[in-house]
Amino acid sequence: MDMNRTKRNVNAFGMYFTRHLRLVGNAIKHSTIAAKISMVIFGFAHFLRLQFLRGVALLAGEVGLLYVIFGFGWQYLSKMGTLGTSMGGYNPDGTISYGDNSFFILLYGILAVLAIFALIVLWCINIVDNYNCEKKLSEGRTLPRNIDDWRNLFDKNFAQTILTIPVLGIFVFTVIPIIFMICIAFTNYDKDHTPPAALFTWVGLENFKKIFDFGGMGLGSTFFRVLGWTLIWALFATFLNYFLGMAVAILINRKGIKFKRLWRTILVTTIAVPQIVSLLYIGKLFAADGLINLFLKNQGLITNPIPFWTNANYARVLIIIINLWVGIPYMMLIATGLLLNIPADLYESARIDGASAFQMFRKITLPYMMFVTGPFLLTSYIGNLNNFNVIYLLNSGQPKSMSLVNGAGSTDLLVTWLYTVTVTNNDYKTAAVIGIMVFLVTSVISLIVYGMLPSIKNEEGFQ
Amino acid sequence: MMSRKQKIGNALAYIVLVIISFIWLFPFVGLVLQSFRSYKLEPGGMVGYLVPKHFSLDSYIYLFSGESQFPKWYMNTMIIALCVSAGVTVISICVAYALSRFRFPGRQFLMKTWLVLGMFPGFLTMICLYFLLKIMGLTQAGAIPGLILVGVASSGMSYYVSKGYFDTIPLSLDEAARIDGASRAQIMFHMILPLSKPVIIYTALVAFMGPWCDYIFASYIAFGHSASYNVAIALRNWVWTNDYQGFFTRFCAAGIIVAVPVTVLFMFLQKYYVEGITGGAVKG
Repeated sequence: MDMNRTKRNVNAFGMYFTRHLRLVGNAIKHSTIAAKISMVIFGFAHFLRLQFLRGVALLAGEVGLLYVIFGFGWQYLSKMGTLGTSMGGYNPDGTISYGDNSFFILLYGILAVLAIFALIVLWCINIVDNYNCEKKLSEGRTLPRNIDDWRNLFDKNFAQTILTIPVLGIFVFTVIPIIFMICIAFTNYDKDHTPPAALFTWVGLENFKKIFDFGGMGLGSTFFRVLGWTLIWALFATFLNYFLGMAVAILINRKGIKFKRLWRTILVTTIAVPQIVSLLYIGKLFAADGLINLFLKNQGLITNPIPFWTNANYARVLIIIINLWVGIPYMMLIATGLLLNIPADLYESARIDGASAFQMFRKITLPYMMFVTGPFLLTSYIGNLNNFNVIYLLNSGQPKSMSLVNGAGSTDLLVTWLYTVTVTNNDYKTAAVIGIMVFLVTSVISLIVYGMLPSIKNEEGFQ
Repeated sequence: MMSRKQKIGNALAYIVLVIISFIWLFPFVGLVLQSFRSYKLEPGGMVGYLVPKHFSLDSYIYLFSGESQFPKWYMNTMIIALCVSAGVTVISICVAYALSRFRFPGRQFLMKTWLVLGMFPGFLTMICLYFLLKIMGLTQAGAIPGLILVGVASSGMSYYVSKGYFDTIPLSLDEAARIDGASRAQIMFHMILPLSKPVIIYTALVAFMGPWCDYIFASYIAFGHSASYNVAIALRNWVWTNDYQGFFTRFCAAGIIVAVPVTVLFMFLQKYYVEGITGGAVKG
């Protein structure tokens, strides 16, 4: 089914592409002299038609992109193949000579490539718009005046107007960095190859091989152990929170329980207090010299501190438990609202039929909750795979283990390991590979689970 | 009348609720009590008892006496949080509004691309972002505008909750206003946004709370330049430095100073928060 969908998407994209190609071809064939000049000087024909607003926009776009490409992009683009060859250093006469900087070659190279694409697209828009305007004129219709173009920004094209800045922001601060980091995964950029002191270069699939290499130098066993714990952690963190949070919500909703608001507010405090305060404090509660160990010692109950954070299994269980403290209030809030939506007569008739409380939960509450919160469960599982704060603030992925390499600890998730690899070990190439693996794991799980969700399979189930 | 069974059930429920309340409040009570422990008369580190033997404001005095740059860091964080909150609200509301209200070519493409982009872990791009900011001069001394920029720039991708909210406002309202001659921009600003106060407050609140916890990017971008630190860096450094023995009570005091305004604000706007996350959970 998914194969078909992908195929359909590819086909749709192909059709979209060829249709536009044909439009552009047609426009070129029928272009006037002014339109031909504006293939070089964007917006030229628009100026002749007194469409200054469009003309200025096109020309400004062209100048900006040409500046990126030829102003500084070109010199870097030409070195993209090697990512630089000349090392900087001191000349014999004592002056410093600046060599190539692989980092900027790659970054500006990517920028230049994207600018070239943008220029081509702008060129096509320019030509097609010229063609459309000329066609309108030849049919005796009037062209939109500048004031109309301006008004349309707030009316007909309002969606595009309010999307421009957000899309640009995402492009510069998310898309370009991700393209850059994907490229880094195919280089040898690490602490021994850090510009400007050294160069890095393309190494093909070397880093990916290392992630699947179970030999002495490979990262295979570390990677799969961290991945395994990540998946297990997310499973526990999601479902334990889900069911216990729902249980707490049902408990507070129970008929005859007073001060409902009070109980809820107490739990909600966890969400209100910044995690950096609460989790750091709780992490220290369980430290070897923390409140709990010292208290037990003072009472004479233990002689040696309980190794909450230094024993791998203790640490893992404790993290899952503390995460309940973090997660139950969220789920309680969500469940409280949803439980009220279940028609009360469903329960009433079940009670008349003699159903027990547990049976009602299993046959009415749970199916309903699973139905409406299916997508939420998926997103919270994905969120937990990448739950950086809880692990990092509590114990930073400790304890370290001899059997794990590259700075990984026993409670490290892939993302916290990614952080250690980047910041502590400066092993950027491996970090990039881990990041890509996280992406693959996330998207595969999303695709599989999404198809299985009851609300997707059967949209009208509870209507 | 309540049956005997129901009474026992309720009694059990109360016992469980009291235990839950104890567990959930314990860390906060501990934090408050330990922040008042006297630094002069008692150890300043972690101890085995909860209630201080000598109450004092020593740790609070340390924070504001000029011995540390805490007031500066606090202001930094406040500025970042306010700007990020304003910026994120504008950007993500715009995106949500456009995607909910309009059908235009490329809409599906945008939504799918952002979904895919969202599956990359955020910290992957940390080094690249650092250098992008460095080119613009927004690291170290310029870290505060840099952090605001990073916080706001990609917020368009988190439009789900607001879009879900806009989807529930009937399109017939827009159509009626269009017949009366209103432009699409006027409809947004004069009609739909005033109706969307809850989701706007939710977005602003969540965005405001984020920067208080931002240790990772802040410590990376402000690296080595203590005037640009935020409270998260201070809190984590104090609790994890090797001589945290002296800094533990200061950490507690700083934690209280950080937590109180955020918590109070949250409690005031709780209603909107609950609406937001419940709506978000159902729409997915």
